[in-house]
Amino acid sequence: MVQQLKSVYGSGICEATTFAGQNYLVVDRAACHDVLRTLDEQMSYHCLTDLTAVHYPKDALPFEVVWILYSMSANERVRVKARFADGEEVPTATDRWAAANWMEREVYDMFGVRFAGHPDLRRILLPEDWTGHPLRKDYDLQHQDTDWVRKNLGIESGQ
Amino acid sequence: MSDKQFYESLDEVEPGHTFLGSNELVLNMGPQHPSTHGVLRVILKLDGEKVNGLECVLGYLHRGIEKVAESRTWTQFAPFVDRLDYTAAVSNSLGYCLAVEKMLGVEVPKRAQYLRVILTELCRLASHQIWLGTHLLDIGAVTPLFYTFRDREYILNIFEKYCGARLTNHAFRIGGCRWDAYEGFSKEILHLCDDLLPKIDEYRELITGNRIWLQRTKNVGYISVEDCRSYSITGPVLRASGVCWDVRKAQPYSSYEDFEFDIPTGTASDTFDRYVVRVEEMRQSIRIIRQAVEGLAEGPIIAKVPKVIKPPVGEVYVSIEAPKGELGYFIVSDGSAQPYRVRVRPPSFINLQALEKMSKGSLVADVVAIIGTLDIVLGEVDR
Repeated sequence: MVQQLKSVYGSGICEATTFAGQNYLVVDRAACHDVLRTLDEQMSYHCLTDLTAVHYPKDALPFEVVWILYSMSANERVRVKARFADGEEVPTATDRWAAANWMEREVYDMFGVRFAGHPDLRRILLPEDWTGHPLRKDYDLQHQDTDWVRKNLGIESGQ
Repeated sequence: MSDKQFYESLDEVEPGHTFLGSNELVLNMGPQHPSTHGVLRVILKLDGEKVNGLECVLGYLHRGIEKVAESRTWTQFAPFVDRLDYTAAVSNSLGYCLAVEKMLGVEVPKRAQYLRVILTELCRLASHQIWLGTHLLDIGAVTPLFYTFRDREYILNIFEKYCGARLTNHAFRIGGCRWDAYEGFSKEILHLCDDLLPKIDEYRELITGNRIWLQRTKNVGYISVEDCRSYSITGPVLRASGVCWDVRKAQPYSSYEDFEFDIPTGTASDTFDRYVVRVEEMRQSIRIIRQAVEGLAEGPIIAKVPKVIKPPVGEVYVSIEAPKGELGYFIVSDGSAQPYRVRVRPPSFINLQALEKMSKGSLVADVVAIIGTLDIVLGEVDR
């Protein structure tokens, strides 16, 4: 599988490794959308199990977006990972999987990563006018949008 | 336009056309609504009684559990996951422990694996009982709720005796179990299984032939296999569409490969079939519990794990078959004593996304039935 992908995308596939018996592919951000398409259309990875992100604030490309795919016929999972800069848009997977809609909204809500081509990219768990993205590492655990709390809940201290 | 002309013109209208034009009614349902199983808010767009579209508004129970994980140690975070799906706390706990164990490369002793299977299957029974009771209550049948909650009490009593807590048990630890089976554990559980089987028949007698129930559930909330794939639907909802897929069989964990059990599937992919699948799953759970109790070997209940858990740098995704569907944990470790990132793949959240697809074109009353049949828990949807 890796060979086949590498022959098509060349250096677009940066790394293909196994950790604790689980396979993952690190792909170039420019190739990620095409790799997902190939995995879905040609390699039977038809299910998008999960889509999430991890924040590495010290790296040049701080946001790692992770797609976890599953192939029911082969009973195999594969993770596809790509790094993105802050403020950069990630190509949406909603054109391929309806499930990606809420998953991408959650990633946007929690990390502030925007998805290009998403039909309705709004916050999902937090209120629409909340400021900050909680799962970023620079968002303090006790941080609260005190203005929002004051305005909407009428709590004077904002806590 | 005469009345006759008006009615004739209706025949030319395309399906899905609204006669109300701009008078589409937007109705708010929830978050304080008894049939939304917690604090789900649904904004319905109605044409009379017909649902043209709906939107879920989530987050009323958001506690930032994934953020909390990053400031606790691996061990300290374990009790938090019980608060995700609080009707099946043991399942959450099992998933998290398996994920951390996978990262550490720890082999859990056989006795602990069997104990885990017994408790998680009991928990599946309890979870399905809550689902059955509340689902029927939503549709208008009050009595079954008392039956299912009466029987669930026996399961909770076992949990209480085992670990002291009834709901959010924190029964498992990374590496195995914290407590061994108490005196008379096996006997009590086998007794419970013997008692429960006729009670499941009793549920069936109460419900299955009921004409109101049949009319409220047959052909309601249909979703095709292709849509199930696209929406990443798992669990009983997927199986009711005819796909025979269960994580316990596909990728067995915690010694599930040792047990004989069937995966019930449906054909019609409607609310009624999901009911049949879940009730049959309860029977299969009893089958698994009996085998696990009989095979419960003597031995240690927890593997040797260091006091301060520091998994190697890396990441794993581990999933289990929770009562609601595939519950996954994607955990990232930077080699320190605290998780770098814990992502929960919540089956309720992902299945709930199909609510709009399943309810479009149906009646308002069916939305209530469909929310019930999806079996969501808002603690898990909002995290």
